[in-house]
Amino acid sequence: MKTWALALLVALPAAAGEIAPADRRSGFDFMSRENQAMQQDDGANPGMLWVQDGAALWRDRPAPSAPACAECHGEAAETMRGVAARYPAFDAASGGPVDLAERINICRTERQQASPLPAESQPLLGLTAFVAHQSREQPIAPPEDPRLAPYRARGEALYRQRMGQLDFACAQCHDDNWGKRLAGSVIPQAHPTGYPLYRLEWQGLGSLQRRIRGCLTGVRAEPFPPGAAEYVELELYLMWRARGLPLETPAIRP
Amino acid sequence: MARALINLPSTARPGEVIEIKTLIQHPMETGFRPGPNGQMLPRDIITRFVCSYDDAEIFVADLHPAIAANPFLTFTTVATASGTLRFTWSGDNGFVQTETRTLTVA
Repeated sequence: MKTWALALLVALPAAAGEIAPADRRSGFDFMSRENQAMQQDDGANPGMLWVQDGAALWRDRPAPSAPACAECHGEAAETMRGVAARYPAFDAASGGPVDLAERINICRTERQQASPLPAESQPLLGLTAFVAHQSREQPIAPPEDPRLAPYRARGEALYRQRMGQLDFACAQCHDDNWGKRLAGSVIPQAHPTGYPLYRLEWQGLGSLQRRIRGCLTGVRAEPFPPGAAEYVELELYLMWRARGLPLETPAIRP
Repeated sequence: MARALINLPSTARPGEVIEIKTLIQHPMETGFRPGPNGQMLPRDIITRFVCSYDDAEIFVADLHPAIAANPFLTFTTVATASGTLRFTWSGDNGFVQTETRTLTVA
């Protein structure tokens, strides 16, 4: 009986939990040398075009009577340094977690009296990329805010939840089988280190929500509706899981 | 106006070979893709890129469908004299954009 139990234990694959800090790898490390060079050269990284868009939006007033971002926040290189590394954060007014793009839209509606920018639009991606770019090389440092804990726990549950016709959980690929191949592509560890990022497949900049939608349709699950709370909960857990890795915005990914 | 990134050294020694990198924001829609309504999206690409160095054309490229969005072109030239480099992208729907950079040769 004892040997049978032992044999079963050996035969079962090691139930991989969270990836150990020493083994954590950004998606950057799984890319070809050419793509890595494209990301590292600001003259060749097309994400920098969106960062330029965001820099202009940071300086410009949305309306003649409304203040520009720069009038309250000043020089982004100083005031926005490290901000993206702490997001998503708890928003007391709405009583829930908000990601960086949502925070920008809250600022737009409440402080600038402007209409919110549509999700996944060029100006919102540009502003988000510009703000996140100020935190490049900063380690991801999720806040220890206890109010975020239930949302993060829900995000982790989603991460381990089997979904879709293929009945896959995120963890089965990105915790248990990272570094192996899914057809021609290497399975990365799914650390959101460079969002919004330029995906060669998209031929443009996109958000983490767009990337998660891609994975959900990949396992033939119905994606959450745009702007759903599940995306921010997943992002909370993913950023927690990636804590310590440096931010790369705007990253390049194949 | 599309955003463009141009990287070249601001100064060079006479006779030095300098590398110029250009990147411009453009969708480069091929004309072969159906849109959400099933209709073909009309072609919208950059068709020509010209770089001139003080009125002399030093680099010209014809671009075609199937070149990726936000085309990146890099080339080299010999720095002969201080002057202006003029970069012009032109394409479908009357798209024309010109950027200039100065180069000091000493």
